[in-house]
Amino acid sequence: MKHLLSTRDLTTDDIVSILAMADHMAEINSRAVPKVPALRGRTVASVFFEDSTRTRLSFETAATRLSAEVMTFTASSSSVNKGESLRDTIETLSAMGVDAFVVRHKSSGAPHQITKWTDAAVINAGDGWHQHPTQALLDAYTITRNFNELNSMQGRTVAIVGDIKHSRVARSDIDVFTRLGAKVVLVAPAAFLPTSLDGWGVTTADSLDDVIGLVDVVYMLRIQRERMDAAQMPSLREYSTLFALTPERAARMQSHALLLHPGPINRGVEMIVDPSLVPGSRILQQVTNGISVRMAVLFSLLGGDATTTLQNGAET
Amino acid sequence: MSSTSTASSEILGVTDVDKALKRIAHEIVERNSDLSDVVIVGMQTGGTWIASRLHNNIAQISPAISVPLGAVDISMYRDDFSLRPLVLSAPTDIPVDLTGRTVVLVDDVLFTGRTVRAALEALNDHGRPRAVQLAVMVDRGHRELPIRPDYVGKNIPTHFSDEVSVGPDGVTVVTASGESS
Repeated sequence: MKHLLSTRDLTTDDIVSILAMADHMAEINSRAVPKVPALRGRTVASVFFEDSTRTRLSFETAATRLSAEVMTFTASSSSVNKGESLRDTIETLSAMGVDAFVVRHKSSGAPHQITKWTDAAVINAGDGWHQHPTQALLDAYTITRNFNELNSMQGRTVAIVGDIKHSRVARSDIDVFTRLGAKVVLVAPAAFLPTSLDGWGVTTADSLDDVIGLVDVVYMLRIQRERMDAAQMPSLREYSTLFALTPERAARMQSHALLLHPGPINRGVEMIVDPSLVPGSRILQQVTNGISVRMAVLFSLLGGDATTTLQNGAET
Repeated sequence: MSSTSTASSEILGVTDVDKALKRIAHEIVERNSDLSDVVIVGMQTGGTWIASRLHNNIAQISPAISVPLGAVDISMYRDDFSLRPLVLSAPTDIPVDLTGRTVVLVDDVLFTGRTVRAALEALNDHGRPRAVQLAVMVDRGHRELPIRPDYVGKNIPTHFSDEVSVGPDGVTVVTASGESS
């Protein structure tokens, strides 16, 4: 594996091996000095054409803890504002010596395009509505580890709630969760669902009340207010009535059920309940796990012979 | 003499391994007058079963003192990633702060010394040990770094290309044909 552009680049064995490697990284992150020399001398450039604080900081922290050098590029303060093309930007940074690009872009497919302009590894940190593979890996890591599983979500049901249609997180999560054996139910108004769900291997529900007491994981997506019109919802209140996580609905979650959210949370929109009052909330744990999982991805791509790593698996 | 076969010879049998582990345990107890400072740390994955056996033997010799047992994974500390396939073993598990302790680092085979170098760096991330001693089942020579063992099960002269396999059942050296060991 040279790049990580989509969860579909990963075999199920690759996914399991990255999750196992993340356990190693979690042990490192639990130390007083959470740093190892594994990627000494490598350079990771985080190249974000779309605002994101948590994903960028998570990747940069992951790279730093593996002793890689970090270059930071944000479009808002760069020569993109002077009209530099994406290709020129990538080629210029490549010429400075970059081993991996971590890319976020509003256009689906931009990271794939970038692989043609550089010899470096490219990691997709979110492209348009398309994919956000490391988010899905950290979500799968959080779920499996909370249920004391190493490589399976067999027998678990995950409700993904919100704007599925415009969500790269949902697309990536559905692929990874179903391949690990979970059942996925999408909870959204029709306008927030893709036109066709053929081949997705999921079911749907049109109200959160129908599923909240039955599922093992409640995965709330961030709702973007500007998309409300497209959903033909007369108001946020209307949406919230059926789909927001209220204190009453949270109270109906099974006692072992987990609450996840990719962040940032829109309080009062999809999250009416204060997540810190939901016992099953693992939203902050997702953030912590994100560093371990991204360390595992960086190490898989840059730490020696990556192909062999993934083929041999993590356990010997 | 065939040019395609390999010669395999058993150097130690199961009872030899057992005796060596008992002797090394006695040497560790003898050399460390204050056993309560000692921590046994096996290197993942080849050294962990040896560390565990040494730990049991020490417990029989000095039942009054409980010596902690840990494991260290050095895959994040290697200096030769590009030279060999990267296979992660089990994670590091160091149960105590190593600062001020005497660590007995345990591995199966001492060869170039590079994994020991990496392990010393890894141990330092868990505190600053007062001393580190090295116990190995087999010292096969060919050191590339200034590293020497404190406790050795068996010194075995080898060719660089030989393969040494160590397990609870014994120690075997596999030599490519046409060469003598």
